[in-house]
Amino acid sequence: MNVPAAWYLILAAGLFGIGAFGLLTRRSALIMFMCIELMLNAVNLTFVTFSRTLNDISGQAIVFFVMVVAAAEVTVGLGIVVSVFRRRSSTSVDELSELKG
Amino acid sequence: MIAVIHTVPTLVFVTSALLILIGAIGVISVKNPVHAALCLIMTLIGVAVAFVAQSADFLAAVQIIVYAGAIVVLFLFVIMFLGVDRREHIHFEPLVGQRAFAGVGVAITIGGLIALMARSHWVSGASSVTTKLSAGNGNVRQLGTAVFTTYLFAFEVTAALLIIAVVGAVLLARRERPVASEEAA
Repeated sequence: MNVPAAWYLILAAGLFGIGAFGLLTRRSALIMFMCIELMLNAVNLTFVTFSRTLNDISGQAIVFFVMVVAAAEVTVGLGIVVSVFRRRSSTSVDELSELKG
Repeated sequence: MIAVIHTVPTLVFVTSALLILIGAIGVISVKNPVHAALCLIMTLIGVAVAFVAQSADFLAAVQIIVYAGAIVVLFLFVIMFLGVDRREHIHFEPLVGQRAFAGVGVAITIGGLIALMARSHWVSGASSVTTKLSAGNGNVRQLGTAVFTTYLFAFEVTAALLIIAVVGAVLLARRERPVASEEAA
């Protein structure tokens, strides 16, 4: 018998919270991307847990698509980081303040 | 409760939970970005263990190959390409009280989620709406059938999305040629 699904859901909630805290407090764009990956993984874990609980394959299929979108997001995001670093020699998001009103 | 604690699934769950939480805390607390990427690999492997424990075999393999293999390598490549592996001032707060506000907001969110799970019937909806997870049929075969029948359109759209993302990343990261060499060519 497997452990109760609620344990996995609480673990995923904790992982999401850690990722959100890091996203809100860290300044480096690279670390912020890693925190987004943490949050995406927490959601994936929730999908797989509900897939097992509801006895349905759809949750796992959606995790597959989330992984593809995460890969695309990281590719474009790191391209933007490289492009920004060329102009300002820094990955700190606090220095990108030209659009401030 | 005592009888449950000593079973193998519980040990697997505790192992994956430790890997996930220690890795995640490492990502947000270490100063060196290279170490953060290595902690991220630890978390991703923990999530893969949790996937195997819940019989999502294909996703566990993809998690290792795509996430720990490709995405983290991409992170490390960019970190070393840019040379930003010097340390960040982690205790510097541009907005006063930012850390406390973030902590309170995250605590409220997680507390709300856990309270919702504890106090209500959190699994709602009909079970096995699309395809039943039946043991012995093979996780890869089932997932492949679902992706190539029910979710075929979404699958094709993700193919287009990946092409667009790759072309966009190449355009973004390409170094612009100086005008002089363009005229010469």
